Amino acid sequence: MVKSVLGVNHRGLRDWIVQRVSAIMLAIYFVGMSAYILTHPQLDYQTWHSLFSHAWMKISTLIFILALLFHAWVGMWTIFTDYIKQAGLSFLLQILVIVGLIACFFWALQILWGI
Amino acid sequence: MRFSIYRYNPETDKKPYMQDYDVDVKEYNCQMVLDALMAIKNHMDDTLSFRRSCREGVCGSDGMNINGKNGLACTMPLTSLNEPIVIRPLPGLPVSRDLIVDMSQFYKQYEKVHPYLQNNEPLPAKERLQSPEERAKLDGLYECILCACCSTSCPSFWWNPEKFVGPAGLLQAYRFIADSRDTETNTRLAGLADPFSVFRCRGIMNCVDVCPKGLNPTKAINHIKELMLAETV
Ligand code: SF4
Ligand code: SF4
Ligand code: FES
Repeated sequence: MVKSVLGVNHRGLRDWIVQRVSAIMLAIYFVGMSAYILTHPQLDYQTWHSLFSHAWMKISTLIFILALLFHAWVGMWTIFTDYIKQAGLSFLLQILVIVGLIACFFWALQILWGI
Repeated sequence: MRFSIYRYNPETDKKPYMQDYDVDVKEYNCQMVLDALMAIKNHMDDTLSFRRSCREGVCGSDGMNINGKNGLACTMPLTSLNEPIVIRPLPGLPVSRDLIVDMSQFYKQYEKVHPYLQNNEPLPAKERLQSPEERAKLDGLYECILCACCSTSCPSFWWNPEKFVGPAGLLQAYRFIADSRDTETNTRLAGLADPFSVFRCRGIMNCVDVCPKGLNPTKAINHIKELMLAETV
């Protein structure tokens, strides 16, 4: 994605792009979902179930979840590097968050494709 | 007028403390905070230490925290402040004595952005010319007096003073990135693309709020980010 004149160490720019792009995707999904819920006041289990049985819905939800996880990762990493000055503890927390986020991803997969 | 001033002499004091002074501002003809500090030093307590030089907002040496906000003592009118006027050193930097802080970290970050014109083209016979439009791009950038009011009010600079360049340094980085006579634009951008130098700015805008010269470091920082983006896509 990121080439060139900026050399090798442009992780700052990459993270920044990830955060902005994922924020846009989160906003789109959120608006779409809100619109759906508002236009379906009598939402019951059956409608909800059939909505999520479409492949496009599964995929867009999965994209939403991925965006959420990346967004969360950039945010958490920033918070840790701001406030946790002890290298070991910071490393441990980062590992825990990564493992947690990856677990969330697989859990989401399981839920979505279990419908 | 009552003043409550931060005192600390590392040679004699175990801990910093606040000392109150009642200054007769009429008698000493004080307009600005700096006048009152001078009155204290000259007439009441000559152990009080602070930096100052030009006393008119040009040299940038008397940045301090006045009633909770960073500013220059010499341009801060006493009438704009509520009593007691609480004066502390600039936050986040090590205190050398009383209101004097050790600015090494601040200057180190300034040095990192190579704050001088770089041009690898052959020297012209007379001078490197700029159009009025190109020159206009430097307005709002070159006026910085390096008082450090902005960087020391920035939480991102408090948490990562050794990695985040800070608003003052970044304003100067952009001053040279925006200069049509400088040929090192890409190297300059590349040097700032890591996660800390520029990107630790979270757009809190404390810097804009305090700058005594009315400059806008946040805007310069956003320009740097946009240029990086433009260079990559
Ligand atoms: S940008 Fe403003 S506050 Fe910051 S160092 Fe320059 S003059 Fe001072
Ligand atoms: S806008 Fe950026 S540089 Fe200015 S105070 Fe906020 S975080 Fe610091
Ligand atoms: S004394 Fe020079 S800026 Fe205040």
